[in-house]
Amino acid sequence: MLIELGHFALVLALFIAMVQTVVPAWGALRSDDRMMELAAPASLSQLLLVLIAFVALMHAYVTSDFSVLNVAANSHSMKPVIYKISGVWGNHEGSMVLWVLILAIFGAAVALFGDNLPVTLKANVLSVQASIATAFILFILLTSNPFLRLDPAPVDGQGLNPILQDPALAFHPPFLYMGYVGFSMAFSFAVAALIEGRTDAAWARWVRPWTLLAWICLTLGIAMGSWWAYYELGWGGWWFWDPVENASFMPWLAGTALLHSALVMEKREALKVWTVLLAILTFSLSLMGTFLVRSGVLSSVHAFAVDPERGTFVLVIMILFTGGGLALFGARAGALRQGGIFAPISREGGLVLNNILLTTGCATVLCGTLYPLALEALTGDKISVGAPYFNATFVPLMVPLLLALPAGPFLAWKRGDLKGVSQRLFFAMLAALLGLVATFAIAERGPWLAPFGIALGLWVMAGAVLDPLSRARFGVGSREEVLRRLGNLPRSAYGTALAHFGLGLAVIGIVGTSAYRVERILPMRSGDKVEIAGYSLEFRGLTSGRGPNYTEETALFEVEHGGRPATELRPSKRLYDAPPQPTTEAGIHASWAGDLYVVLGDPQADGSTAVRLYFNPLVRGIWIGAVLMFLGGGLSLLDRRLRVGAPAPASARVVPAE
Amino acid sequence: MTRKQRRGLLIGVAVGVLSLAAVLVLFALEDSIVFFHTPSDVAEGRMAPERRFRLGGLVAKGSLKRGAGTKVSFDVTDTLKTVPVSYDGILPDLFREGQGVVAEGRIGPGGVFEADSVLAKHDENYMPPEVAKALREKGVKLGQGATHP
Repeated sequence: MLIELGHFALVLALFIAMVQTVVPAWGALRSDDRMMELAAPASLSQLLLVLIAFVALMHAYVTSDFSVLNVAANSHSMKPVIYKISGVWGNHEGSMVLWVLILAIFGAAVALFGDNLPVTLKANVLSVQASIATAFILFILLTSNPFLRLDPAPVDGQGLNPILQDPALAFHPPFLYMGYVGFSMAFSFAVAALIEGRTDAAWARWVRPWTLLAWICLTLGIAMGSWWAYYELGWGGWWFWDPVENASFMPWLAGTALLHSALVMEKREALKVWTVLLAILTFSLSLMGTFLVRSGVLSSVHAFAVDPERGTFVLVIMILFTGGGLALFGARAGALRQGGIFAPISREGGLVLNNILLTTGCATVLCGTLYPLALEALTGDKISVGAPYFNATFVPLMVPLLLALPAGPFLAWKRGDLKGVSQRLFFAMLAALLGLVATFAIAERGPWLAPFGIALGLWVMAGAVLDPLSRARFGVGSREEVLRRLGNLPRSAYGTALAHFGLGLAVIGIVGTSAYRVERILPMRSGDKVEIAGYSLEFRGLTSGRGPNYTEETALFEVEHGGRPATELRPSKRLYDAPPQPTTEAGIHASWAGDLYVVLGDPQADGSTAVRLYFNPLVRGIWIGAVLMFLGGGLSLLDRRLRVGAPAPASARVVPAE
Repeated sequence: MTRKQRRGLLIGVAVGVLSLAAVLVLFALEDSIVFFHTPSDVAEGRMAPERRFRLGGLVAKGSLKRGAGTKVSFDVTDTLKTVPVSYDGILPDLFREGQGVVAEGRIGPGGVFEADSVLAKHDENYMPPEVAKALREKGVKLGQGATHP
């Protein structure tokens, strides 16, 4: 019964979204207040209805109602409750309902907190937001309906793929979606601005927190996915340049560029046209990500069941919104007044360079991701583009970005002084140089470029530390003055520094583990010892056991480091009950220097067990760095000046439309 | 600097970075892409010699042999032609006889495909789309795999 209610609520939400698409925008055109005022209650009731649909579906999962097709296909009564809940979005249909729910939450947030927005802008934004909701609810109802019944109901469900039964993965899709869908706000604001033919600093002040919120969620979502792949898939890798990974990485790159260009627009009223274009492109890339994942046109480890009908539908949605947005941009961009001139060497100049490099980097990823599709369509040849391509194209573009990054926050707006900046970055250069020499001294092998990569990471980290210190006149002013100035720095300054520091740390992690990783594969018998990267592991045999919904063979390794017992590792191979599928659980020993990573292979003919060992130096830096980026973004978001819905300073406040 | 010169510089930098990226992309696509072939393609000699490629198909039933250490060998078939594969390492969890597999490597002496990585996808009834498509093109009838509704 509840499931029918959910179904009905979603249909109602569709109609409300349709009305909300048309009426407020029409009202804005005719300057009709009553029509525009419809937007807020409409988006709130849309949220309520989608929430009912979502809760109904979740209820069916938690109570294991197998008369619902979607639940029967993806859940199982013996599954732990948390995975029953995460099972809602662990499949295509349910995840699309989550997509629409997050979209409705963002729309309702504008309706609730958008009192200080110009009335027409608010109406237009909510109309555009509702048009996206219309498209996706229609998509759910026509091609991917999770509310269908199954008659007769099976005794039990088919279960959730066991590798997805994992805490990190339970929250990976919601965060990813908050990122994807969050960029729809930037898109809606951009389209609304184009419809009105004007943007200003207040517009940028509105767009930036939404973009930042989307960005931090996407950052965390990607990091969780990568962390999960690292410890769960048992390949010891953390990023595979898989098409589906790229699909989330491209909006991240474009979104990062958008964050920085919106900053220029807010502070200096420059780069207006570019920022609007970037807002449209970022959301388009999010839609493309959804298309690539949902259509199965690209083969990937994520490949879900292929359904051409769904793929076509999402493709149409993507073409409609991207094409519509770009066409509107072409027609109306000329109306946007340009402002704020600046010298090439200036904060603006630095941020422009950031944007050029990030968007070009994003374009190379796009080429590598879509090239196999294009080639197959043209010649019929099937190819795959892997890490070597991205290492040869994307990485070289990021080097100048990282080189220039520490200087950016030190440059003054309008006209900067590169000599003064380099003096203030002296200690960062010193840190980088020391890191370079130290890495060359320590590393016995590995590519000669790697120490430069480590130095680059240190340069970014040290630059990020120096930024707030320098602003507080550290080493120049008195102790009291420095402390007072540090206390008075806005949160966003610390947020920037923290996020940049995290990026530097991630770079070190990436370079360290890519260049200096050690791998050994060998068959072992009980009592055998193996040495790797200063660790000595003794294999103490296998034991069988039983978990809540799986059986497992667990190995015991006693690990010694420098002759002293360090830890015990228990990698295992599991066989899940439903669906009956084997998984590999890695045994990981983490330290600052790196991770010792052990996975079990198959039993060999001679009674030994194949064992694969890795030492992944500095690998934790990647995820700690990503979490710092998340925290830095969050800190900026808490900045008084940037708070969502905070009134603009009087000097920048725009006159509301009458 | 006049406004015009500034704009010129900006466009110059943007064009410079873009062309650098274009050159990198073209060279990388020339060198680092990996083609996908079926055993029939291999029999017809359709791939460039000495080049790495991905070999996809089904693991032939009864062909899996374990050698010394972690060495394994098996045959990949598209039911029309079969290619022997050797691999030193740990096979993925879902590697099974009769199931779809993709191996990456090159043809060594004696016509044995020397794989340096073996992929089996993380779904019981999942067949890599390239394999399914290639098999269909060769006229192989595929059984109805489990479809997620």
